[in-house]
This record gives sequence, structure tokens and C-alpha cells, in this order.
Amino acid sequence: MIDRFQNWLPRMVLAPSFFLVLIFVYGFILYTGYLSMTDSKMLPSYNWVGFANYEKLFRLRHWNTAITNLAIFGILYIGISSAIGLLLAILLDQKIRAEGFIRPIYLYPMALSFIVTGTAWKWFLDPGIGLENTMHQWGWASFHFNWIKDRNYAIYTVVIAAVWQSSGFVMAMFLAGLRGVDNEIIKAAQIDGATGFRIYRKIIIPMMRPVFLSAFVVLAHLAIKAYDLVVALTGGGPGRATELPATFMYSYTFTRNQMGVGASSAIIMLIMIFSIIVPYVYSELRAGGKR
Amino acid sequence: MFMKSVLRITVSAAVLALGGGMASAGNVEVLHWWTSGGEAAALNVLKDDLASKGVEWQDMPVAGGGGEAAMTALRARVTAGNAPTAVQMLGFDIRDWAAEGALANLDDVATSEGWDAVVPDALKAFSKYDGHWVAAPVNVHSTNWVWINKKALDAAGGKAPTNWDELIAVLDAMKANGITPLAHGGQAWQDATIFDAVVLSMGNDFYKASMIDLDENALGGDTMVEVFNRMAKLRSYVDDNFSGRDWNLASAMVINGEAGMQMMGDWAKGEFLRADQVPGKDFVCIRFPGTQGSVTFNSDQFAMFKVNDPEAQKAQKLMASAVMSPVFQSAFNVVKGSVPARTDVPNDAFDDCGKKGMADLAEANANGSLFGSMAHGHAVPASIKNAMYDVVTAHFNGEYDAKEAAAELVAAVADAK
Repeated sequence: MIDRFQNWLPRMVLAPSFFLVLIFVYGFILYTGYLSMTDSKMLPSYNWVGFANYEKLFRLRHWNTAITNLAIFGILYIGISSAIGLLLAILLDQKIRAEGFIRPIYLYPMALSFIVTGTAWKWFLDPGIGLENTMHQWGWASFHFNWIKDRNYAIYTVVIAAVWQSSGFVMAMFLAGLRGVDNEIIKAAQIDGATGFRIYRKIIIPMMRPVFLSAFVVLAHLAIKAYDLVVALTGGGPGRATELPATFMYSYTFTRNQMGVGASSAIIMLIMIFSIIVPYVYSELRAGGKR
Repeated sequence: MFMKSVLRITVSAAVLALGGGMASAGNVEVLHWWTSGGEAAALNVLKDDLASKGVEWQDMPVAGGGGEAAMTALRARVTAGNAPTAVQMLGFDIRDWAAEGALANLDDVATSEGWDAVVPDALKAFSKYDGHWVAAPVNVHSTNWVWINKKALDAAGGKAPTNWDELIAVLDAMKANGITPLAHGGQAWQDATIFDAVVLSMGNDFYKASMIDLDENALGGDTMVEVFNRMAKLRSYVDDNFSGRDWNLASAMVINGEAGMQMMGDWAKGEFLRADQVPGKDFVCIRFPGTQGSVTFNSDQFAMFKVNDPEAQKAQKLMASAVMSPVFQSAFNVVKGSVPARTDVPNDAFDDCGKKGMADLAEANANGSLFGSMAHGHAVPASIKNAMYDVVTAHFNGEYDAKEAAAELVAAVADAK
């Protein structure tokens, strides 16, 4: 009797959350997929139009801008955050004094919301009140930095703010990875006469492959769902120069009364996320099987 | 029929009067985004009026984004089957909700109070759907205004411009005097506000053909190319740091004398008045050069949603009637900077710019030159409006030249239809 109860208890406790997730996550994903095939405007409608919304979506310049921006933002954001994070982690790993004090300093930006980061960097980068103005007041009159007001460069300011926010977090992940490397291996390499640089390049970094993967997955989904940072930093401007798929999705679904197109863009974003997550899960499962 | 509805209202009013104070006549839940000091004060006039009639006011303010946030909240409420009684709404949103069959019928109040005779036809296009009243208009904002700093104007020759060439002459003179000639905030709707005025300055027929009828020949024609050329010319008078600036900061630049003028709807007047500026003495209000006699407007209205409870229906109609009362229309609009939606409200309480606004509105209404503003969602539905925004703001930020922009405008509008 008690055995049976113990057998069933975990399932009963998990069941409500399981069904909630099933309905409110996966159910609504299916619903969005269905809406993307309808002519929904302001409210959902159920007139089937097939792939017309997707055709329209990829005809829109606005969507092309958003996709291009996501590519620029995603590649630079993931690349630079990983590079800075790794560098900081390696430097912190040199058994330096006061590491416990320095580490949180780098990590704290992650504790801020993207809205705060965006607003602070908006002011800092604004030529009228921020860095440029301060430099002018200090007498460096030729100093010029107005990327945030320039439609060709504004997307890079989003990268700067996002990298500032996330590098510390990546550093923490890498640091944990570095500490996890077996000391015996490093000692063996030292006995064989390997220099510090070579040890990192040939032994430690290759051994940290799983950490790189985790960092990549975390950063990639942050990049695809980036919304609040853009809204706070540039508001999608100048013009529409810094729109990302997430801001595109929100505006088409909720303010432009083109819910069908908005839903199809949401599905495209979902496909992008899947194309990152699925290979990751697959490789994890395969590695797990080998063990 | 008419007598019957009059009778019904009289009876219900009498019942309410008898009940006075004892029982409440139901309540109205009002979704709105009038949360800033002056606006909230203006709404209190309405609240007190309704309280005296025993109608309880349930406030549901959703601030932000010129009503975008409120409209998102509304969608959630209606989808959940729990619509508010009354909702502050703009232009095509009213039509869209009416087309969904979500709005109540106000015909009996409207006929008994004679709204048809006093509300301009261009407004009725939104307040009425399919011949039935569904919303009570609160105000008319006109958007083709230019606000000029008087000192800056005097230094630039002193004569308010009445056509494009004079405008350019004044702007050049202001530039030579070392100030920013045109204060402007680089947000899509602000770019589109200027665009509206420039299109209107090409003539009433052109505005109607391009912005309301969406005639492809007008949208992509030579006149539209000229409109974009003028937009680029105006861009050259804006400072480089304009991107993302809020409209009220641009107004502040004019107030401080940092900038010469701003092209903005009449809500900008509130900023001037709050800075203790006097119309005609510290600042000058003119219609965008070349548009005197015509008005592009947007209008806040209270759309009434269908409710089932008869008590709530009564309260709803009392509220509609209170919104349309000349006393409220005057009191509210003096504070808000707009002009009354009724053309029969006395103008004593308004300042010079307000009086001019009322006279212009009446004149435009009589001549058929009162048009819904594209930039403010009163000419075309939201999807097309935003498609136009995309092109106008991209051109204003230098992405297209004038010819490309006109061609792009045709394509964008066709895609959004």
C-alpha cells in the first residue's frame, strides 16, 4: 500500500504543472502556428489562408531589416561575450588576490534588467548628454561618437550594451569550467614541459567544450528573444534601423493589427530557436548514452 | 419611436433623481490613458458630474505609448469576455471594434440630445458605425499646427510664414541667427505628423487622394516626390541629435529659445502654457504654411462596449450624455489644449490659439476641408498607417531618396491592405 503510494506520489505532484505547461506553452505554440495560417487582424480569426502570411512576411523590408540585425547582433554578441568572458575567466584563474571581491563586480551587470541597461546606455551614448558631451566639456572638442544616432551603426550600440551586461555571466560559467579541469592533467602537462599558454590552448580550452556549448545556447536564445534592450536603448530607431524579430513580432501582432503576420514571425523565431536547441539536446543525449 | 426613447430617458432620469444618493445607478468602468496631471484633472470634471448622478466611476488607467498599452489591455479584456464599459479610443480602432460587433448602440441618447446636428461629419465617420452611434467624441485635436518662439521669429523677420518659400526663408534666417531652426523628435509618429502637414500643403484634393483614398497615382506620383523632397529639406533644419527625442522635449527647445519652431499637434500648446508662456506674446501658433483653411484632426472618443446588466447600460448612457454636455466639452478641452467635438460650444473660456483652433475647425467643417490625420490613425487603418510610417521615417533618416520613397510608399501600402 505504502509502496504504491510512494510510487504514485511524484507523478501526482508533477501532474498539475505538467498539464499547465502542456496547455500554456505547447498548446499555445500550436495555436500560434494555427493563427499564422489565418487572416487574423486585430482579434484571432479562423479563415484559413495557408502560407500567405509567410510569403508576405518575407516580402517585407522591415522583416529583412530585423533578420539582418539579428544576424549582426547575434554573431557579434555571442562572439564578443564569449571572448571577453573567457579572457576574464582565465585572468581570474591565475590565483590572484581578492578574487572573491573582483568576481562579483564583473557578475553584477547580469543582475540588472535589460531595461535598466538599455536606459543607462542610452544616456551614456547620447551625444547631447553622454560621453561625447563630457569629452567636449573636458576640452577634447574633436571627439565624435554618435553611433546611437546613426542608422548604420545603431545596431552596434545594442551589441555594446548587451555585451557589457552578459560578459560577466559568461565569465562565471567559464570560471566554473576552468575549476572543473582535473589538476592532475595540468600537472602532467607541466612535467612534459608545456608552457602556460600552450596548456590553455591545447588542453584546458578543448576540455571545456561542454561549457562553450552551454554558453552558446544561453547567449543564442537571449539574442533571439532580445526585446527589452532594444526598446529601452533605441526604441527600434533611428527610423526602423534597430528592429529585431522580437520587436517586429510585438508590433505586428499587437499594435499594427496584423496578427497573422505577427504569428508567422513568431513561428520563424521558434524555428530559429529549435535549430539551435535541437542539435544541442541531440549531442547531449548522445554523449549521455555513451557514458 | 423618438418620443418613446425620450420618455424612457426621462423616466430613468426621474427614477435616478428620486433614488438620489440612496442607490447607485450602476457603475462605469472606464479604460483610458489620460494620466498626466492636466488630463487627470480634466477627467475629474467628468467623474464629479457622474457622481452627482449616482454613477460610480471605476477607473482603469493604462498609461503609455499613446494608448498602445491600453489597446493591448483592452484586447485581453475583450478576449476574456469581460469588456470595460467605456474605453478611450482613437479613430480606426473604434471602427475595428464596431466591426467586431463589440460596441453598444447609443442611438437613443444621440437622437434625444441631437448629436447629429452638432458633431462634424468627419468625426461622425468614426463615432457612428453603420448609421448607429457607438462612441461619444470628447475632443478634436488638430495636427497641422506650427508653434514658433516669438523672439526667434522677430529676429528672423517677424512675419509668420504663409507659404513654403516664406517658411524656408524664416528657417534660413533662424539658422543664420545660430539656433536650431526646427525642433523635432525622431520618432516615427512625429516624422509622420510633419509628413501629414506637408502632404496637406499640396492641396486638399491631393491629401484626400493619397492619404484617405490611397490612390496609387497620388501615392507614387510627382507631387509625392516633391513632398519627400520637402521633407528632406525640413530634415536639414533639424539638429543632429533628434533621434528618439520625445515631443515635449522638442517643445521645451522652442520654449527655451534653443530652437525656432516645432510642427506638432495642439497638445504641444499645453507645454507652452505650463511654462507660463502667453499665446501671441511669447509664442505664435499658425497652421502649417499653405494649409490655412484646412485641418487634419484626431479625436479622442469614449467608445461604449456592449454590457448585459441593465443597470450598467443605464450608467453607460448617462456617461455618454455627460461626455457630450457642452459644459464638460468646454472644461475638458480648455485644459487639454484641444477644441470641443461639438461645434456649438461657446469659445469664451479658450485662449487665442484655442479660439483660432475652434474657428478653423468650423471653417474646415463647412468647406469640406476637415480630414482625418494619417499620422494619428484617422485616415487609414493601423496596418496601412504603420506601413506609411516605415517609409516616411526611413526617408527622413536618409535611407531612401525622394523617388525611391514614393515608389516604396506605393508598395508598402499595397502590402498592408
